[in-house]
Amino acid sequence: MTVSSKNHAYRKFKSLAMNVVCIACALLVILPLALILFYLIQKGASSLNWAFFTGLPKSAGSTGGGMGNAIVGTLELLLLASIIGVPVGVLGGVYLAEYGGERLNGWIRFWADVLNGVPSIVWGMVAWALIVVPMAAPFRGTIKSVNAAESSITVQSSAGDTQDFTVDSKTRLKFKGATQLSSLPVGADVVVWFERKGDGSTVTDSVSETGLWNLFTAKIIKLHNAFSGFSALAGGLALGFIMIPLVLRTTEEVLVLVPRSYREAALALGLAQWKTIVRIVLPTALRGIITGVLLAMGRVAGETAPLLFTAFGNSNWNHHLSEPIAALPLQIFSYAIAPYDDWNRQAWAGALVLVALTFLLSAGVRFFSRGRFQKNT
Amino acid sequence: MGVQMTTTPASKTPAANRAPSGARLADRGFRWLCLAGALVVGVLLLLVIWQLLRGARLSMDRFGWGFFIGKTWDPVSEEFGALPFIFGTVVSSIVALLIAVPLSVGTAIYLTDLAPPRLRQPLSSLIEMLAAVPSVVWGLWGFFILVPILRATLYPVLQKCLGFLPFFQGPIYGIGLLTAGIILAIMILPIVTSISREVLRSVPNLQREAAYALGATRWEVTRIAVLSYARRGLFGAAALGLGRALGETMAVMMVIGNTPYIGLSLFHPASTLASGVANEFTEATGDLQLSALFELGLVLLGVTILVNILAQVMVRAFTTAETRRVA
Repeated sequence: MTVSSKNHAYRKFKSLAMNVVCIACALLVILPLALILFYLIQKGASSLNWAFFTGLPKSAGSTGGGMGNAIVGTLELLLLASIIGVPVGVLGGVYLAEYGGERLNGWIRFWADVLNGVPSIVWGMVAWALIVVPMAAPFRGTIKSVNAAESSITVQSSAGDTQDFTVDSKTRLKFKGATQLSSLPVGADVVVWFERKGDGSTVTDSVSETGLWNLFTAKIIKLHNAFSGFSALAGGLALGFIMIPLVLRTTEEVLVLVPRSYREAALALGLAQWKTIVRIVLPTALRGIITGVLLAMGRVAGETAPLLFTAFGNSNWNHHLSEPIAALPLQIFSYAIAPYDDWNRQAWAGALVLVALTFLLSAGVRFFSRGRFQKNT
Repeated sequence: MGVQMTTTPASKTPAANRAPSGARLADRGFRWLCLAGALVVGVLLLLVIWQLLRGARLSMDRFGWGFFIGKTWDPVSEEFGALPFIFGTVVSSIVALLIAVPLSVGTAIYLTDLAPPRLRQPLSSLIEMLAAVPSVVWGLWGFFILVPILRATLYPVLQKCLGFLPFFQGPIYGIGLLTAGIILAIMILPIVTSISREVLRSVPNLQREAAYALGATRWEVTRIAVLSYARRGLFGAAALGLGRALGETMAVMMVIGNTPYIGLSLFHPASTLASGVANEFTEATGDLQLSALFELGLVLLGVTILVNILAQVMVRAFTTAETRRVA
């Protein structure tokens, strides 16, 4: 070995030097945390006041206002994501720990780990294609009248309600023989694709003849004209998808730590297996499961990328699942890149609140993970 | 391992036979419910792949394999190639690894072998806190604090000292590949550190004791008995960090400049797969552009899945082999 071939003092010095290098590494790793906390407090704390927590964003360029809707929106999205992600994750975790053959369980664990590595932006795209696009549902009905003067058509649905659609040069008409508004046949069955703007007005994208083929192709091809479908539901779903594999894996881990004798005792007393799981195993591991849920919530609370084109953001209050909703990370992002000093100032305050929220969640994790069956790591 | 109470189905045990059929049905129903929950992960995986493939269809038909080597990204002339985004992703991630891995391994060594025991827990808690800071907050901090500092101090010095290298030539904007790499490095520090720590911990103490017994100094023990022994596991830790870095979106988008770029200068603004998608998705003007963005997402998904699987195989093969040997 090379160990003994060198001068002893030199070797001792080198060892000491490398110790110092390792300490320096540890300090350098901690440094960004100190820096970010310092700047968050320095730049954000002074903007935290009652108006910030309760107010709505002011219009561009004017000062004041707050992020009340974004804070509430983030909490609503977290709740929604948990409603989607927790039951599925816990049930799946129960299956892995209590049922299932080694082979299937191995695959499920593998899939869950693969899902954990999927970039969050990809989840946003999936939720967009799943929810945002179909929610921009086309309006089906018959053309009741064509108003050439106002360049609009009135369409009556089979349910009886009518709606006016503006038809301009950007609107695509997919009719045999009809290339302009005036030649649209009254009484024809049509599908109107439209997008709803933030102010409630609509922009008509296309008017096409009904027919199975038309509907089918329209759905596949016209992905991008669906921007009216941004919704809290889509955002919550994207976040819920991220939570599922996380909750599943942590649930399995804590259930396995419940002593086997608990189950045997319950079964020996004649309790059905599902009751054993629901009444004995799950309550015993409850703290661990809560830990896993909080961990997953902490992971998604700060996510911005999956919300960019699902929840989309909203400058108003919204408590409807089918409408765009404000979220703290989105608000921070749009205020940070905006050219207004006052918005930048509020972005810092919002970031301080968001970091406080994620730290609170991880403090919860620490609190609940001090349970009886904690793994000795 | 695991609890295997159910290798024999419940319905075949005497107890279940005596129970009324309603209870047996409930038992079976609950089992199916749990199975459904577990299978959701498989369905989700298929769903992700299928949705991205479906979205990317148009672009795949139009550009074929040429998409991966196309250098232009021009929404106006509807000419789309992924190479600038792949380039930006790879370079920023490599920069991040070059910075983060040595720091993380050094910290992991300190935490497992050197630090006084009562310091270890608080220090790892602090590193976990680092992981709890959201991406958009790093972006905000990077954009307003880090970029001006780097532009005024580190980058001119780099250019002065290492300017003969092509990487450090060209105008300094502050935002760009190197800045994105630095932010990414900060963001992957916690995961690389904690996995490295786990890997170093699973190196058997016998290994260390043997080296000490041969008269090795502390550092020699670390180098010969620990590091070279744990090499494969540490590669795995780095690969897990790489998987994170590849898919990171918000912070990168805020400091990289969002300009498709292929070239040698690390000071130049660029774009990554994830930041490109996030930046252009809602503003896509045509079906083809949207579809091309979906294909970027598909490339990103494929690469991250591959890297993550490799990383997990490496880390798991190492840590389980070691724990088995120790046990």
